[in-house]
Amino acid sequence: MQNKVFKANQLESESVHIFREVVAQFERPVLLFSGGKDSITLVRLAQKAFFPAKIPFPLLHVDTGHNFPETIAFRDKLVEELGLELIVRNVQVAIDSGKVREEKGKYASRNSLQTVTLLDAIEEFKFDACIGGARRDEEKSRAKERIFSVRDDFGQWDEKNQRPELFDMLNGTIELGQNVRVFPISNWTELDVWHYIKQEELEIPSIYYSHRRNTFLRDGMIWPDSDFIVKDEIESVESRQVRFRTVGDMTCTAAVGSAADSIDEIIAEIKLSTISERGARIDDQRSEAAMEQRKQQGYF
Amino acid sequence: MEVLKIATAGSVDDGKSTLIGRLLYDTKSLTDDKLQEIERSSKSKGFDYLDFSLATDGLVAEREQGITIDVAHIYFSTNTRSYIIADTPGHIEYTRNMVTGASTSTVSIILIDARKGVIEQTYRHFFINQLLQVKHVIVAINKMDLVDYSEEVFKEIKADFDALIARSTFGKQQIHFVPISALQGDNIVSSSSNTNWYEGANVLSLLESIPTKEVSKKSRARFPVQQVIRPKTSAFHDYRAYAGKLYGSSLKVGDAITVLPSKTQSTIKGISFFGDHYEEVEEGASISLQLEHDINISRGDMIVKSDELPGIDKQLRAYVAWLDVKSLKPGAKFILQHGVHRVLARVEKIEKVVSTDFSGSLFGQKQVDLNEIASVSFKLNKAIYYDAYNENPGNGSFILIDELSNHTSGVGFIR
Repeated sequence: MQNKVFKANQLESESVHIFREVVAQFERPVLLFSGGKDSITLVRLAQKAFFPAKIPFPLLHVDTGHNFPETIAFRDKLVEELGLELIVRNVQVAIDSGKVREEKGKYASRNSLQTVTLLDAIEEFKFDACIGGARRDEEKSRAKERIFSVRDDFGQWDEKNQRPELFDMLNGTIELGQNVRVFPISNWTELDVWHYIKQEELEIPSIYYSHRRNTFLRDGMIWPDSDFIVKDEIESVESRQVRFRTVGDMTCTAAVGSAADSIDEIIAEIKLSTISERGARIDDQRSEAAMEQRKQQGYF
Repeated sequence: MEVLKIATAGSVDDGKSTLIGRLLYDTKSLTDDKLQEIERSSKSKGFDYLDFSLATDGLVAEREQGITIDVAHIYFSTNTRSYIIADTPGHIEYTRNMVTGASTSTVSIILIDARKGVIEQTYRHFFINQLLQVKHVIVAINKMDLVDYSEEVFKEIKADFDALIARSTFGKQQIHFVPISALQGDNIVSSSSNTNWYEGANVLSLLESIPTKEVSKKSRARFPVQQVIRPKTSAFHDYRAYAGKLYGSSLKVGDAITVLPSKTQSTIKGISFFGDHYEEVEEGASISLQLEHDINISRGDMIVKSDELPGIDKQLRAYVAWLDVKSLKPGAKFILQHGVHRVLARVEKIEKVVSTDFSGSLFGQKQVDLNEIASVSFKLNKAIYYDAYNENPGNGSFILIDELSNHTSGVGFIR
């Protein structure tokens, strides 16, 4: 059927352009895949950028060992269906080797430990471009990010001396040992991602939809119960009707009370929400500059 | 949904961040947790008002010093469209970040403090806006509450600004003046009764009325090839397509084309994206093209209509906005990236450094320093296929990359 005019979807065209630049400018790109909606969107954009050729780079999942089992099952299914190459590196290995120390206490999380495993994987595979699903609307230090964000050979972000990005010309020239973090959906908002998931009829992990789950309340948030979290005696576990708006691992992602079990209902719910997406991220609530500090260390 | 890109400009303390905060607040785009964070930070700094700059100044160093260092990107939407605001720094030493923010914007909002009127930074920011040919400029005369909403003050500032417009080289720019108080919310999302003498639109209505996309009828279709797609799988054994983003104008199946630099001629056989085929593709789209003939094409080549050839030259004259602390000097060599095409460039001559206060040009200056704008001529090792910036911005601009630091050191606008 050859009858239509192709009208540009500004955001999609920009992202596809970025993906094609990554593959042209770098030798060993990798897509950082968490199993969340943003990285699922990245996979679809990458498919589109290179079709009918296969996605010309592997996926890397830094597994904290504390993921939602639903996310891992979804990841494996997606990789198999699309015939993608998946590399998994485990935070547990860095803990066992004494390279990092596990946090203790009721707020313990492996979230920030991921950075070490990520940097190790970058070195192991000599990745020069790591593609991530971070968006500028998520968080105030991410609002300052470039699309091609250069990291030094310690993986660190020099936020005060970033390369200017003009028009859509991307400069990915780096020295040996440096790498670039690439954010193709920088300019998308949370709602843009959901509209795209709907338009493309993308499958997403079941935990984004309303379901019953054992949870407990802490600091005004609904925490998912799991073996990885130390609870106080007064924190009682109850079954609640919830869904997840953002998916990190089970120690840093809070649920929201919700009956939304379709994409349309999710979109309607987000439009009415008075809390931002990262408001459900326990890892961001640690201090005013929690994200910037992690990014300086090499987090994405 | 359509996206309108906006850049803010104005000197330090003219209220850029307050205006953005006000737009977010009044369009209900600030969620409770973000608002609480602003309340918390404002209180801890001892302010008795909400300091919205805390919403946009995302870096620790910015909050410590109370200034904007780098561009922040802010998102909000109304029922009709989405907006991306590049909140750019006001300090002179960060002018390069202002250039960055304005380069992708359709609208620029220049703030002026009603008590101070048109100052040097206003000249500079407007100069950059006319050089970059930003289509719409909203001159927001802010802090009207501090001058008793005086029509006289508004008129005087407008008259001063009109004198600048008279000297602008970009006649097609549409300029709108609005008296506002970002702090009090006058004329931001609704018309204020404090300025009954003002009959124009408020800031948000203006933004809502500006087209997100305006393609000049003069601009030609330019398709720089990003890469060649050759799957080499059994299903697509002989498949070969050219992936890229289309600039300037649309292309159709059947169009007679020329490939540069080889000047080989062919016809467009197919336009496709993700398995779907199209008769025509509009400007701004990332797609892939297939041609009738098997031609040797690689990244950096350009596909154009045969009767619309661009300039093809190894000599180049351009206005350059310099973004690096290391000065631009005659004889210096750079990587010149024009779209996705890279060549080597040598600075032949610095013709003049342009005063950004519209006072004229400085001839005989030996170098171009950070934040300066100059007319420069270059010699290239290979030809590029270009248009003048005012005819086709996407194919009329380039960046200069320092070979030692790999830094993006300058941006050029081809004359």
